Amino acid sequence: MPAISSILHRITGVVLFIAVPILLWMLQKSLDSAGYAELQSMFTESFLWQFILWAILTSVAYHVIAGVRHLLMDLGIGESLQGGRRGAWSVLVLSAIAAALLGVWVW
Amino acid sequence: MVTTVTSLGRSGLHDWVLQRLSAVIMLAYVVYLGYFFATTPEITFTAWQGLFASTFMKVFSFLTLLSVVMHAWIGLWIVSTDYMPKVSIRIAFQAIVIVICLSLLVWGIQILWSL
Repeated sequence: MPAISSILHRITGVVLFIAVPILLWMLQKSLDSAGYAELQSMFTESFLWQFILWAILTSVAYHVIAGVRHLLMDLGIGESLQGGRRGAWSVLVLSAIAAALLGVWVW
Repeated sequence: MVTTVTSLGRSGLHDWVLQRLSAVIMLAYVVYLGYFFATTPEITFTAWQGLFASTFMKVFSFLTLLSVVMHAWIGLWIVSTDYMPKVSIRIAFQAIVIVICLSLLVWGIQILWSL
């Protein structure tokens, strides 16, 4: 489990780097009323865009949750073998819940 | 050391500190945006534009974007040293990442302050 949670942290990190220009483009569009309306119809009509949004948000959630675990371990919390396993499980379970909630929000 | 010439902090310890500082700033921004979405009864164009109209939000957003590009520079540098053993490919990859990071930063400033 710790190996899976570690590689997912890397994968979501790379995904998020690719997502930054997409998010900036959305921000730019969203700040004028015509672009905002365009985005609104994009996210209500296109399954592909809904999925892209969900994938980005879920990657954010995973990367943040795993990152907080990293910070906790820097503080000496959950550093034992047992604690490391428990931490990795917690990250995966919390992220699965976040992914489901974000799915409900997007769809 | 020549091997760290493309790293952001020029030392592992410096990168380590920057990676955590930027992480905390981004965490605060995610929580703040989450709070906005959770407490705004209806997200309209007016509410959204109003959020980004304040100087506080512009500075906070810029600080977060700065954290994003620093974090990505450091993170992708580490990842590239693990998966790209060939020096020429690794340096080229790192250079491209740096150019993209700087471009995203400038673009972000333009978006935030053109409002």
